[in-house]
Amino acid sequence: MRALMLVVGLLCCALAHAVDPIELPDPVLQERYRELSHELRCMQCQNQSIADSPVSLAGDLRRQVRELLVAGKSDDEVRDYMRERYGAFILFRPAFSWQTAWLWLAPGLLLVLGGIVAWRVLRAGAARVATDPEPVEADDERSRS
Amino acid sequence: MNRFLIPIAAFGLLVIVLAVGVDRAPEKSVIKSVLIGRPAPAYVLPDLMAPQPFDVRSMAGRWYALNVWGTWCVECRAEHQTLLDIQKQGEVPMIGLNWRDEDALATEWLQRLGNPYAHVPLDREGRTAIDYGVYGAPETFLIDARGTIVHKHVGALTLEVWERDFRSRLPPDARRGV
Repeated sequence: MRALMLVVGLLCCALAHAVDPIELPDPVLQERYRELSHELRCMQCQNQSIADSPVSLAGDLRRQVRELLVAGKSDDEVRDYMRERYGAFILFRPAFSWQTAWLWLAPGLLLVLGGIVAWRVLRAGAARVATDPEPVEADDERSRS
Repeated sequence: MNRFLIPIAAFGLLVIVLAVGVDRAPEKSVIKSVLIGRPAPAYVLPDLMAPQPFDVRSMAGRWYALNVWGTWCVECRAEHQTLLDIQKQGEVPMIGLNWRDEDALATEWLQRLGNPYAHVPLDREGRTAIDYGVYGAPETFLIDARGTIVHKHVGALTLEVWERDFRSRLPPDARRGV
């Protein structure tokens, strides 16, 4: 199974640019289709979108997206359709909920945290002529206590 | 001491996070189905076993297993003997959803290897598989008498898995009594 998935995975790479020849007649729908199929995960390849994957399931899911769009469904309705069957994991941009909160908040929190550390290190560095840049943060700690 | 407190605390936190991640890695490699506890999606499909189509509503009132398979699926070949063994125990009927396959190949496969299935609905276009959130064969669902999905196993079944995750969930009266 793993070997098979590896082969399939390698094929995915090789064919990535020739995967989806089907175009919808309406250019507006085609654009929505293109965007939606890029934000839905290929459940077999997992790190590819269904737009980039040539495996049969991805093809079936693209067909499903096309049919739903042609039937007049909104983008959110298409996303809900997929989530009801495959869970939030199929969405590369999962909706904000308690379960996904840390996914959305962690980058911001880490950025703020990193910013605070960087600011303190830079301030300590500017406060005196640094001869040895390594223990700057620790020196800062000590000088404040 | 004080100057090491924050780095050591951060390191400790990192160790805990990574340890939990490593510990949970096996279960995370299988994507949990969102359909557990929900009604099994309805379908009517041609039946390889009978001239008339198979309507899943005909299973109402009975526990059964739904096995998703295809002749192109290597793991399905590996689990086939297990399916035959389970069928021999005769506790629940097994429905074999034939996923994106050719009818002739499926017929040939069942004649050659033996048939564990009561019905073989033919999902030639893969639409029913999508309704069930199937992402790789074989997958096996356990469905109760009210038509609720009770459990799903991804990958080849073994008798150990059947005993632990499927048979243990059956009520005593679910047995087919063959």
